Amino acid sequence: MGLGSDMYRQQILDHYKNPRNHGELEDPDFTHVGENPSCGDTIRVDVTLNDDDETIESVGFSGDGCAISMASASMLSERLHGMTVDDLDELDTDDVTEMLGVEISPMRIKCAVLGRQVAQDGARIHRGEIDPDDETTLEG
Amino acid sequence: MGVQEQYPFDVESIRDDFPILERSVGGDPTTPGADEADDTDLVYLDNAATTHTPEPVVEAISDYYRSYNSNVHRGIHQLSQEASVAYEEAHDRVAEFIGAEGREEVIFTKNTTEAMNLIAYAWGLNELGPEDNVVLSEMEHHASLVTWQQIGKKTGADVRFIEVTGDGTLDMADADAKIDDDTEMLSLVHVSNTLGTVNPIADLAALAHEHDAFVFADAAQSVPNRPIDVAALDVDFLAFSGHKMCGPTGIGALYGREALLDAMEPYLYGGEMIRRVTFEDSTWEDLPWKFEAGTPSIAQGIGFAAAVEYVDDLGLDRIEAHESLLASYAHDRLTDLGGVEIYGPPGDERGGLVAFNVEGVHAHDLSSILSDHGVAVRAGDHCTQPLHDELGVAASVRASFYVYNTVEEVDALVDAVRAARDLFA
Repeated sequence: MGLGSDMYRQQILDHYKNPRNHGELEDPDFTHVGENPSCGDTIRVDVTLNDDDETIESVGFSGDGCAISMASASMLSERLHGMTVDDLDELDTDDVTEMLGVEISPMRIKCAVLGRQVAQDGARIHRGEIDPDDETTLEG
Repeated sequence: MGVQEQYPFDVESIRDDFPILERSVGGDPTTPGADEADDTDLVYLDNAATTHTPEPVVEAISDYYRSYNSNVHRGIHQLSQEASVAYEEAHDRVAEFIGAEGREEVIFTKNTTEAMNLIAYAWGLNELGPEDNVVLSEMEHHASLVTWQQIGKKTGADVRFIEVTGDGTLDMADADAKIDDDTEMLSLVHVSNTLGTVNPIADLAALAHEHDAFVFADAAQSVPNRPIDVAALDVDFLAFSGHKMCGPTGIGALYGREALLDAMEPYLYGGEMIRRVTFEDSTWEDLPWKFEAGTPSIAQGIGFAAAVEYVDDLGLDRIEAHESLLASYAHDRLTDLGGVEIYGPPGDERGGLVAFNVEGVHAHDLSSILSDHGVAVRAGDHCTQPLHDELGVAASVRASFYVYNTVEEVDALVDAVRAARDLFA
């Protein structure tokens, strides 16, 4: 079998069916919403930081989308706990696919990285690095 | 056996004309072409997006490149004359195929979208104003919807949409209300690429003509699979693409009534479309060349005519019967599976495609899993985003059939859908 069946290993299905840290946080330090218009996937990420304004204390995600995007956001929400905002900023596509533990077919990479992109853009807005009105949209 | 006995032609011998159907899939998709890692039979059910190309069409294209490749309408030399004759006669063949009067009424374009834009720019931009309206339907492809929407913004013309009812057909009372004396154009999809609905073009054309409006039929999903006669439909313009009917990409046709095309200004300027040029002014070539500026898609035009020949030989009535057989069978089997929501009218009242969703499985996940079973379908909004908004879903999966598809391939689709459903259960 090709890439498709590999993509839907137990871990992905588990996170899709039982998403971790699912929901919105009360009084987050930053919140951001992004979408992938080509498949209609939408993800909202809420983050609270420790008193140092650097270390990620808690993450909540919500949204609607395919198993790859939702499972990826769920896994990311666990991974981010205790990381700094700088660490978050450095996460690249390879980090995401490594986290997922499966090979993602080229047409589905945008699904896999949506949660990470939303979290990173939220952090950049929080730091004043990008305009709060900038939308996170992934084409693909 | 059973359903197979109702095939209107010998599907196995048709399949022999399409070597691509013999390849397997499953290997590395980042490098084109079959390789050793491919271990799953291909089941190609994405024909509404593009069909495969039979050997006679591939041969017509390669024959042009191998033996008379040349630019058209330029040289006096023999190769150019041969290429010009073949390219011009391709127009004649397409004209005859759809019941047009002659080549003057058939403009070769890049695809249906470009044909739509040609009319929108050459006619719409010049003729429409704030007091006018253009009537579309809610099931239009973006090719029509976005084009007229933007022309509406530029001209101030109102763009209206005939509503789609719960069973996926057009609300004819709403059509009657929206088409009025200020309607200048009714631009309507003949067969919906999402719902499979076959719209009553001739009835609506008659209604539009009562109000002195023009009628444009988007026939991208109908010319490939049913007999089309522009006179019987009584449309003023009609467009379709070669690659959805066994032809190559990069070529399509715009049919237009000669008098209307004659009165219209060109949409693209340049070589090929002019007769006399001075520094101050230019005059235009005769139809259809007036609308074919620059070096055209010559090999594709010749391949287009070969594709017309191919499907005409199979018989458009038989292609329609075959597609209807498979769509109806797929509709029944997917319905029996349970947990499958199918969009559009019942199985025996639709074109050869079935768009659906499986409860609890996102369309893109479903498509990935089907692909892993070798089944190629389209996943997404099929260029009908507003219609999907109306349906209340972001995306759907669409299986679409053509002359070479079999009942066994529909069974493979259903098996793969069941596997996906079970995986997510």
